[in-house]
Amino acid sequence: MTAMANSGTAVVTLPTDTQILITREFAAPKHLVYRAWTTPELIKRWWTARRGEATVAEVDLRVGGKWRYVMVTDGGFEVGFHGEYREIVENERIVSTEVYEGMPEGEALNTITFTGTGERTKLTILVQHSCREHRDAHIESGMESGLQDALDLLEQVAQSLG
Amino acid sequence: MARAATTTDAFNAVAEPRRREILELLARGERPVNDLVARLRLGQPQVSKHLRVLREVGLVDVRDEGRQRVYRLNGRRLKPIHDWVKRFERSWEERFVVLDELLEELKGEERGDDGDGE
Repeated sequence: MTAMANSGTAVVTLPTDTQILITREFAAPKHLVYRAWTTPELIKRWWTARRGEATVAEVDLRVGGKWRYVMVTDGGFEVGFHGEYREIVENERIVSTEVYEGMPEGEALNTITFTGTGERTKLTILVQHSCREHRDAHIESGMESGLQDALDLLEQVAQSLG
Repeated sequence: MARAATTTDAFNAVAEPRRREILELLARGERPVNDLVARLRLGQPQVSKHLRVLREVGLVDVRDEGRQRVYRLNGRRLKPIHDWVKRFERSWEERFVVLDELLEELKGEERGDDGDGE
């Protein structure tokens, strides 16, 4: 793997009881980060973090348009997300709703901003939930996939021993 | 699905914004109650109430110094919460590392390279 010496590291904070703020710097210009974020073939390549296969990446990039991403983990666990675009400023900002299909009542509003000049971009994702329970469940579900990874790995190890 | 540690006492205790402010103040060093009251611009009874909650879940410790009660942060109890957020952070970082590689590729395409390897 190529070393990415100039990129940043993700930082997650909880600014209020109902929010999650994720920030990360990239060693690439804004329009490329935006492109990777909004182009289905590209989304399929990064969004799963190589934890599985992205089977769906639908992006109807206009206000009122819908999006949906689905991944199937190596262990066969399917995870889907969808939402609707509320505001789009090309290369600058996307506001959209997001629903984790495993918990359909917990709709969040995401504000994604791309800032920076030249070869650097700062990405911020502000996730606004309607209540703390949904915010907390969101963080929990973010880790369930990690747990799933561990289980998948365990299964592989068990099979290699068999 | 089981809802893990989020509902344990320490998590609830830090869910309250004023209590988080107290923890942030104490993170910079121990402080007497009066000092906290002055900085928070809250009434003494409210501050005492928040401190009692924090003490009950072990997030702060208290000692008497003369006539003053001095509070300090018990960082060890904050660790599960810190770890909780860190694990979520790591799962995003895994994604971003893949995105970094993809962006290198897109930069190469814009420069007109044919891409030599990853």
